[in-house]
Amino acid sequence: MSVKLTADSRPPRQPVKPSMRGHLREYGMILSLAVIVIFFEKMTNGALLLPLNLTNLVLQNSYIVIMALGMLLVIVAGHIDLSVGSVAGFIGAMAAVLMVQFHLNFIATSVLCLIAGGAIGAAQGYWIAFFKIPSFIVTLAGMLVFRGLCLVVLAGQSIGPFPPTFQKLSSGFLPDLVTGSKLNVTSLALTIVLTIAVIGLGLRNRIRRQRNGVAQDSALFFGLKIGVMAIIILGLGYLLSSYRGLPNVLVIMIVLIALYSFVTLRTTIGRRIYALGGNEKAAKLSGIKTERLAFLTFVNMGVLSALAGLIFAARLNTATPKAGTSFELDVIAACFIGGASASGGVGKVTGAVIGAFVMGIMNNGMSIVGVGIDWQQVIKGLVLLAAVCFDVYNRNRS
Amino acid sequence: MDAILEMRGITKTFPGVNALDNVNLVVRRGEIHAIVGENGAGKSTLMKVLSGVYPHGSYDGQIIYQGEERHFRTIADSEKLGIIIIHQELALVPQLSIAENVFLGNEQARYGVIDWLAVMSRTKALLATVGLDEPPETLVTHLGVGKQQLVEIAKALSKEVKLLILDEPTASLNESDSNVLLELLLAFQAQGITSILISHKLNEISKVADSITVLRDGATVESFDCRAEPISEDRIIRNMVGRALDDRYPKREPAIGAVLFEVRNWSVDHHRHAGRQVVKNIDLHIRRGEIVGLAGLMGAGRTEFAMSLFGRAYGRNISGTATLDGEPVDLSSIPKAIGHGIAYATEDRKHLGLVLGSSIMHNISLANLDGIARHTVIDDGRESRVANDYRRQLKIRSADILQIAGNLSGGNQQKVVLSKWLYADPRLLILDEPTRGIDIGAKYEIYTIINRLADEGKGVLMISSEMPELLGVCDRIYVMNEGRLVAEMDRAEASQEKIMRSIVKAGEMAS
Repeated sequence: MSVKLTADSRPPRQPVKPSMRGHLREYGMILSLAVIVIFFEKMTNGALLLPLNLTNLVLQNSYIVIMALGMLLVIVAGHIDLSVGSVAGFIGAMAAVLMVQFHLNFIATSVLCLIAGGAIGAAQGYWIAFFKIPSFIVTLAGMLVFRGLCLVVLAGQSIGPFPPTFQKLSSGFLPDLVTGSKLNVTSLALTIVLTIAVIGLGLRNRIRRQRNGVAQDSALFFGLKIGVMAIIILGLGYLLSSYRGLPNVLVIMIVLIALYSFVTLRTTIGRRIYALGGNEKAAKLSGIKTERLAFLTFVNMGVLSALAGLIFAARLNTATPKAGTSFELDVIAACFIGGASASGGVGKVTGAVIGAFVMGIMNNGMSIVGVGIDWQQVIKGLVLLAAVCFDVYNRNRS
Repeated sequence: MDAILEMRGITKTFPGVNALDNVNLVVRRGEIHAIVGENGAGKSTLMKVLSGVYPHGSYDGQIIYQGEERHFRTIADSEKLGIIIIHQELALVPQLSIAENVFLGNEQARYGVIDWLAVMSRTKALLATVGLDEPPETLVTHLGVGKQQLVEIAKALSKEVKLLILDEPTASLNESDSNVLLELLLAFQAQGITSILISHKLNEISKVADSITVLRDGATVESFDCRAEPISEDRIIRNMVGRALDDRYPKREPAIGAVLFEVRNWSVDHHRHAGRQVVKNIDLHIRRGEIVGLAGLMGAGRTEFAMSLFGRAYGRNISGTATLDGEPVDLSSIPKAIGHGIAYATEDRKHLGLVLGSSIMHNISLANLDGIARHTVIDDGRESRVANDYRRQLKIRSADILQIAGNLSGGNQQKVVLSKWLYADPRLLILDEPTRGIDIGAKYEIYTIINRLADEGKGVLMISSEMPELLGVCDRIYVMNEGRLVAEMDRAEASQEKIMRSIVKAGEMAS
């Protein structure tokens, strides 16, 4: 009511260019990640970005990132899933029993486990979507149930080790097709392909937006952004290649990140999930099958939890009753640090991934520096609070 | 008569906009002073300055209240002096009782312990003053909007009000509830309470106001004294919009074709109470190119009827037959209804119509995502073309199509809702209170859009509580009362009296 409007038919104004403040909000997350990286790089005297440690960082955080992709959809849809850690632990246990005790091969096991994950998600999603029971409660129950079942399946013991082929899921690297080089040439080549793809997609989007007269960044800013992105990807790729190459998990992760970015930004189902979380009633009255959609986000979450459970089990090379404990907190924190809104409808895949790495790098950096696990938790909690405060402050200002 | 309130040279700027520009307002003691103006003219901003929502220092100018210059820093400051404002959006807690709401923040307590006896008896007295016949223990959520409004007024009265400000109190009320409220204002006036009434509805203002101040674009245009001379509505409108509105309704030559949509024996039960019918045996048809009105009081079951047609979005035990182009049609789910070319634009834009946090573009495409996608992949180029197209056609005033829907004014939000349904390309468009809470200029534009749809051969069913609007726009009007259709009339024979008479008569027959 406070904006002046006249009744005459004023012609639509020219699209305005996004302001610097808009940029700050959009790239604030990336900036804070950069600050954290630089801070720990200094504090650890350069140990953070050593190829070995970088590889470790990827391996340590892969399962969090993968679950954060599913959690982002759940949160955007206006729900929450507290059971993901327990589900991951349970699936790890199930995989161990199938492979170690029943000697099933690793492919059959993985497929069965992913199906089981989907079924678990479906079981929880059913109550949430069709019976309208709050997801907080259903998944809190799920958290207890699957932690318990994990103990039951393992009979309270750790089970391992796994067949070597399964371990490769987590500890393997892309094989180098060119031998004799100190660098992993295949990995480097893949990195270059990825860089070109990112630049190409950026340009394509820009051209399309230009053609349709949608507001966009200035050419300088766009060039700068793409340039920095290319340098970072190439730099990280080079560092990883100089150690043992791209980890298998990283490849899985990149494919999933690309897939989920695409689904959220460019497909009708993605758009419907945002509408569902933004205003469920309006979405329903626009012909969106809201119940089915909420159900599917939980099925998807279950599958990704299962995948994360497999990767985590493979990484430890044993399934333990404690596996996956408090993963849900890291995963949820990653989404919120990455700018997702607790009330639904808002959040980005890239944000959740960055959020996961903010947490991961802090874990890793503080461990190297020698901060105790006690203070690590305090600091991580404060960072989560600060990140969300910053986001809310920015939103209120604009 | 002396002035209870004088606001001199009030100027308030927000970054980039001059919301108020040297506004002067004089309210005399004991009068009912109406402030009119289009949405965005600055009425609410002015009242926020007065009540201390915008603290002293954040605006320029003087506020003189009861002979002294006042510097209100918070709402509490102004309330202490008897200035009470009732906002357009009601500020009641639905899950608390009437009594608890009336004394919320002003609890009748000693050492923090509430004296319930005092609360209940005082509430009862207050409810009697405002003419609300409900026990004080009733939860507010069980009251209709009209009664909730009365609770708000009772709450204001509990605070020794001297100057009562009502911001569009009748916007969501039907005619009889509005009348109750206006009578109440006159009764308060007799007791010496001064009121400021902000409203869009000129007929109400001419009924009760002693003087009128017109705001336009954040400035005072004119102040009238209605007691000195009778003021014509046309003159007020001319001042509000800055130009003459020769006709409030655009002209149209109806080209009416064959029957497009027909329902027979349509009955619906309340969505929570099976067995309680809210829609009873309705027979209704709509022709191509025809605008059909559905008149009635609030609670007559019009929205329930419309939503039950639209994929059973409301109700249970829905029975009856629906035909489209003479063929029986399955409307059992919303996607099916949309698929058959039926659209329902809700009366509740904010809660049911828009995803407020999303852009204009995303809202427009929401009901027809397949139209902008190929194999479920969204073509963002096509999407922005579609959105730009509707923004231009419907004159949606915004920075661009990426602006967030929640930041638009009511009229522009309504245009986004209409765009969404136009893009779904319906054959039958059901519009539920399409101009509620919208200023006169935007209303005219909405009527033009409705006319254009009819001219394209679509059928339009328009629900409205404003009878002049139905008479001005519709080709044929059905009247609904207590779940039944009680009358049907052509444009030529329809009049406000006739509609009212059929409602009253039906009520008498029922009782």
